[in-house]
Amino acid sequence: MLMVAASQQPLPCPVQYHHLQGAKRVVEIVERYDAECVPDAYKSNKVAYIKNGSISKNCTKLLKVDKLMKAPIYIYYQLDNYYQNHRRYVKSRSDKQLLDGLQNNDTSSCKPEESNGGLPVVPCGLVAWSLFNDSYIFTRGAVPLKVNRKNIAWKSDRDHKFGKRVYPFNFQNGSLIGGGKLDPHIPLSDQEDLIVWMRTAALPSFRKLYGRIEEDLHPSDLITVNLTNNYNTYSFGGAKKLVLSTSSWLGGKNDFLGVFYIFVGSSCIFISLVFLLLHLKDSRPCGDATFSYWNRKNVSL
Amino acid sequence: MARGRIRAKFRRSNLYTFACLRPTAAESEGPQSLQGPGFSRIVHCNEPVLHKKKPLKYCSNSISTTRYNVITFLPKAFFEQFRRVANIYFLVAAICSLFSFSPFSPLSMIAPLVFVLGVSMTKEAIEDWHRFIQDMKVNTRKVMVHKGGGVFRNKQWRNLQVGDVLKVEKDKFFPADLLLLSSSYEDGLCYVETMNLDGETNLKVKRSLEVTLGLDSDESFKDFKGMIRCEDPNPSLYTFIGNFDYEREVYPLDPTQILLRDSKLRNTAFIYGVVIFTGHDSKVMQNSTKSPSKRSRIERKMDRIIYVLLSVLLGISVISSIGFYIQTKYQMPDWWYLQPQSGTSCYDPNNAIASGFCHFVTALMLYGYLIPISLYVSIEMVKFLQAIFINRDIDMYDGESGTPAQARTSNLNEELGQVDTILSDKTGTLTCNQMDFLKCSIAGSAYGVKSSEVELAAAKQMAVDLEEEESGISAYRGPNHHGRSEIELESIVTTVDGKDEKKKVVKGFSFEDSRLMDGNWIKDPKAKDILLFLRILAICHTAIPEINEETNEITYEAESPDEIAFLVAAREFGFEFFRRNQSSIYVREGCPSPGDPVEREYKLLNLLDFTSKRKRMSVIVQDEDGQILLLCKGADSIIFDRLAKNGRAYEEVTTKHLNEYGENGLRTLALAYKRLDKAEYTSWNNEFMKAKTSIGSDREAMLEKVSDMMERDLILIGATAVEDKLQKGVPQCIDKLAQAGLKLWVLTGDKMETAINIGFACSLLRQGMKQICISINSDTLGRQDAKKAVKDDILMQITNASQMVKLEKDPHAAFALIIDGKTLTYALEEDLKNHFLGLAVDCASVICCRVSPKQKALVTRLVKEGTGKTTLAIGDGANDVGMIQEADIGVGISGVEGMQAVMASDFAIAQFRFLEKLLVVHGHWCYKRIAQMICYFFYKNIAFGLTFFYFEAVTAFSGQSIYDDWYMILFNVFVTSLPVISLGVFEQDVSSEICLQFPALYQQGPKNLFFDWYRILGWMGNGLVASAVIFVFNIAFFYRQAFRPGGQTADMTTVGTAMFTCIVWVVNCQIALTMSHFTWIQHLFIWGSIGFWYLFLLIYGLLSPSYTGNVYKILQEVLGPAPSYWTITLLVTVTCNLLYFSHISIQRCFYPMDHHVIQEIKYYKKDVRDKIMWTREKSKARQETKIGFTARVEAKIRYLRGRLHKKHLSLNSPRTAVASPS
Repeated sequence: MLMVAASQQPLPCPVQYHHLQGAKRVVEIVERYDAECVPDAYKSNKVAYIKNGSISKNCTKLLKVDKLMKAPIYIYYQLDNYYQNHRRYVKSRSDKQLLDGLQNNDTSSCKPEESNGGLPVVPCGLVAWSLFNDSYIFTRGAVPLKVNRKNIAWKSDRDHKFGKRVYPFNFQNGSLIGGGKLDPHIPLSDQEDLIVWMRTAALPSFRKLYGRIEEDLHPSDLITVNLTNNYNTYSFGGAKKLVLSTSSWLGGKNDFLGVFYIFVGSSCIFISLVFLLLHLKDSRPCGDATFSYWNRKNVSL
Repeated sequence: MARGRIRAKFRRSNLYTFACLRPTAAESEGPQSLQGPGFSRIVHCNEPVLHKKKPLKYCSNSISTTRYNVITFLPKAFFEQFRRVANIYFLVAAICSLFSFSPFSPLSMIAPLVFVLGVSMTKEAIEDWHRFIQDMKVNTRKVMVHKGGGVFRNKQWRNLQVGDVLKVEKDKFFPADLLLLSSSYEDGLCYVETMNLDGETNLKVKRSLEVTLGLDSDESFKDFKGMIRCEDPNPSLYTFIGNFDYEREVYPLDPTQILLRDSKLRNTAFIYGVVIFTGHDSKVMQNSTKSPSKRSRIERKMDRIIYVLLSVLLGISVISSIGFYIQTKYQMPDWWYLQPQSGTSCYDPNNAIASGFCHFVTALMLYGYLIPISLYVSIEMVKFLQAIFINRDIDMYDGESGTPAQARTSNLNEELGQVDTILSDKTGTLTCNQMDFLKCSIAGSAYGVKSSEVELAAAKQMAVDLEEEESGISAYRGPNHHGRSEIELESIVTTVDGKDEKKKVVKGFSFEDSRLMDGNWIKDPKAKDILLFLRILAICHTAIPEINEETNEITYEAESPDEIAFLVAAREFGFEFFRRNQSSIYVREGCPSPGDPVEREYKLLNLLDFTSKRKRMSVIVQDEDGQILLLCKGADSIIFDRLAKNGRAYEEVTTKHLNEYGENGLRTLALAYKRLDKAEYTSWNNEFMKAKTSIGSDREAMLEKVSDMMERDLILIGATAVEDKLQKGVPQCIDKLAQAGLKLWVLTGDKMETAINIGFACSLLRQGMKQICISINSDTLGRQDAKKAVKDDILMQITNASQMVKLEKDPHAAFALIIDGKTLTYALEEDLKNHFLGLAVDCASVICCRVSPKQKALVTRLVKEGTGKTTLAIGDGANDVGMIQEADIGVGISGVEGMQAVMASDFAIAQFRFLEKLLVVHGHWCYKRIAQMICYFFYKNIAFGLTFFYFEAVTAFSGQSIYDDWYMILFNVFVTSLPVISLGVFEQDVSSEICLQFPALYQQGPKNLFFDWYRILGWMGNGLVASAVIFVFNIAFFYRQAFRPGGQTADMTTVGTAMFTCIVWVVNCQIALTMSHFTWIQHLFIWGSIGFWYLFLLIYGLLSPSYTGNVYKILQEVLGPAPSYWTITLLVTVTCNLLYFSHISIQRCFYPMDHHVIQEIKYYKKDVRDKIMWTREKSKARQETKIGFTARVEAKIRYLRGRLHKKHLSLNSPRTAVASPS
């Protein structure tokens, strides 16, 4: 009986604490900019603004650092209400083409964005076509902050999944322009923004890595972000946010794991206590045959 | 063969007065007119060539009981597979997967289906192959066939043709339906055992036509020609109509000349016959019905669960298509990144309704993981392995005949654990059909000290029980309790009886009493009576001695095994019957001086043989002194009616002895004699001869009347008691089965007396039990409107009996219902059968006697359908086939020669006693295994399948799956199947010994504790919770945030892989918690499955990224190095299993089930340390039972105690506080 009670507490307490502390140490700055970056004139018709190529999309935001942020500081863009996990979207890509380029003729999986004017599109498919194309430049005070945009994609993706000799071709040349454009002179394996984007997110609200700031940010640092607000989230009522975050051994600022470890752990303790009390109050000796069906039956007679 | 020659020319027909009456009259009648349809068959005897081409080409003699052949296998087997609703669903899903709206790749849908169907169909093929082999065995048996020119050669059965002339030798089966031409006996008689056809063990006499008697040697067939015109093949075993055209004369044929396939030639050296019906045309094959495919209760319930799941599937599909419709219609136009304007039909915002429907199909496939596709195939594999365990069980292996148990269909294994009523055949199943002479009563003194098996078993049980009572009571009341001595005394007396030193074993003779043995009877004061008694044994019979030429020993061949037992007994007492000829019986009498036997001749004047109507047989002999004697043996009631006034000296004592014998399950006969003077005999004989030679229909009646005149005024001399030897272990087995809570009905073709005897022998009946005999009152038969009167009468009997049973106050009172076949015909009719069933269910034991095979099946159906409980029928003969096929489970006794019962059965065992292990151990285990396995299957598939649905909700119901296609294929086949199969094959709550020691555990099956809706829904709820926890925890953790120190965020593949890892852990840990029996195999499978998942991920991640997409190197690079991946797995696994863990803890701590307690006793080795407790619990752990010898012993103890109690009361009446321990 005691054995049963004891085994109800499967996790040592320090683990739970450690999880929570891990999350607590992470510092995060989140700034939504899509709404404010629209000029007042277009506030009522944001879609017209974003679709109008002649309007400058530049915009400036100020970020204030509250706590010390130790390098590396990760820069993410966050899209809300964006169904990157929609089946039509997810399926519309060709991993073979990404690796082999034009050699691979079968791009049927890329519908409806497989070819343009009779020529195949590289990289084909909706995912690539809707590439995110806002850009951010950071300055601290007057000094530009160096943002490292290399190695933001998985190494295996760069080395093996996206062809080193595959160059964008016929991309965003159609009547319908989606997201960003690609430099046709850089092979896909070096287009890390694309590689990151092509990893479709599981949920309709997601963050993707933009780059890293490799120096500490101190409290009360003021950071100016010069951004280009190119990407259309206005059509579908989405939101765009810029996120700066440090990380812990568990990743980003996510209390969930710690909280739940504590919750599950304490329920275990609670249950084992209840069992212990019940055991002390009214114990059934192990292997006592008086509890068997045949004996209880006799009692009731 | 050699033995048969000695008396080959002996006319056996002279022996019979009643049986085998040659219808001399019939022969003079003309040939039967065989006109019209149904009588088209023409057989050219000895000219099989004519039957090689149409229109006289009949079917070949090879038989086939297989379900498929090479061509029909595929279509038929497919049809069988798609009778399962789940398989149809998967087929449709697989077809749909070829189209664009499929959420999965076609491979992931088709591969599992092909695998599942492949395995099931392979199993079918293997089973059919075994049937084929069995058929081949029969088809390649050999028989002597006339090749022409009077030469006979061996030929395989399957090559026989209509018209072939065969020579069948002694103890061989007839390969086809034959016309008997002649036999080794001069008068064309032969003996046939039809056990395989109707289960009757007594020999039937067949007789050839007079005209063909001359064809009695191989040479005589050189020029033999004849033609048979007869009826077409039909299933009626007891009729045959045909004409035999021989030497320009036409002779009518009737069933006495027809030898049926699968019956056996006995007591006859050889016969010649012509093949009339071959193969499937033969009567026995016409009688065989296709065995119905049976499905177990659990499997039928499983179907219902699958329907429930299918409706859940439909439900969530509807929800998600409505969701999809709304999203597509109102939101998708804004989602520019999907290019809604170029949407195809399934994503067309302008035609959202069509898209909704399209999505409905997609959703049906997407959520298909709710329906466990591998369930059927896993169950089949598990059952196949379970069947191997049953087949290989050494405890169910019969060393004598070398036959193991055999699970012939493996899909009823778990049904064995839910049996409620056993319907058993008697002969060959409960008894061996061998009689042992055990006791006798001569001139009022009882001889024979050896106890019958039943007595022994009961005595042993009584000794044990008393010992326990003793210890139990003394614990309560202290040791100085007096008055027990009486019980002890009686029990000792019975046990002393059991102590017998082994002497030379003579088959059919277990008698032991020094007063009679070794010639000691001469010293007995009643030596004269004994002499007469022994002479009756030696003379009054129809048997024939056979001298074994090598050993010079004499064996006897007789129609019934009782006679053999008598003759063996007589021989052992010194009266050796050694020769018989037409007119005399020769007996070598070892008296008066045992060393010097005298051969005596008894002239056989008349023989009045045994018929079931007369229930007696007599011989009239004249001894060497010229004295004429009538010696008679028969049923006691018949004999007692016919005693002379001065012949009743021993009636009272003998009756007492007869009752005792009957109580001990022995078959009894009374013996009597009468001295005749010459004149009296001659006058009677004249009349008798007149009757014998008379022609006409009243011949039989006349003979009977004349015989009756003679068999009167007899002098009773004694009685015999023969043990109808029960098969080994039968009483113990019945006792255990009764303790396991099973009811046993005996359905037998035997007489009521025999059936009651066996009832006593098996302890199904006992003294003090109230026997309810339902029978037809012969008065009612004569009346007008007889049928209605009979029915009313039966209804009244039933109602009265039911009233009596209901009004009975004594909880220990037991009732036995005995009913015969004729009454049963009425009782089974629509308006009576429920009354009958109601009464039968209330009775502790039910014995139906004189029932036909059809009635056996009807009774079985009545029990099955009337009570709604699981029935098991067990039998050995072809007459049990109907019952075996009708019952939920049919068990055939193998090892005996007939194979029909075995062929029709679902399980075959060599001995009745193996039924105990088959049910109590294998049945119990298999039931629990399959029940747990199915529950777990639903759990794991719900846990997995519902995560698809949750994920849908966050993908705008677009039908995207979060898992890679390969994960999904893997799920059912590789990462979860082996552990559950090992659960299904190896799980045992308690070991087999404990199952046997605690038969009450068996009741968990019939009560269906492990597969009721509470449990099923509980498991489903568990699955629901698990799926929710897995999904919510993973999504909450991976939501937006980076999951690695390197800052990377999770994409869909990463989340999917992490989620799948959690599922693999959760379901495998769950099954580890479910199991209570571990060997290295379970550990290997469970932890191996988890290990396999990681291994797969590793290897799959190494394949080309153009194929694997985002899964490329997912474990090596993305998840493996992330600590959060491992911690989330741990958290989810613990959380999901916490609920179940608490449940089983609470159950075990506060509401333990029987097997829990026993497991604990075993775990703490309490059974070794506290032996008294262990034996006490063992004896308590049985169902309340009123049959079996334990119940009998208890009844006896109760009776003795009651007497004791009274004595106490009278001794110390003021202090009546004698607490009865009961």
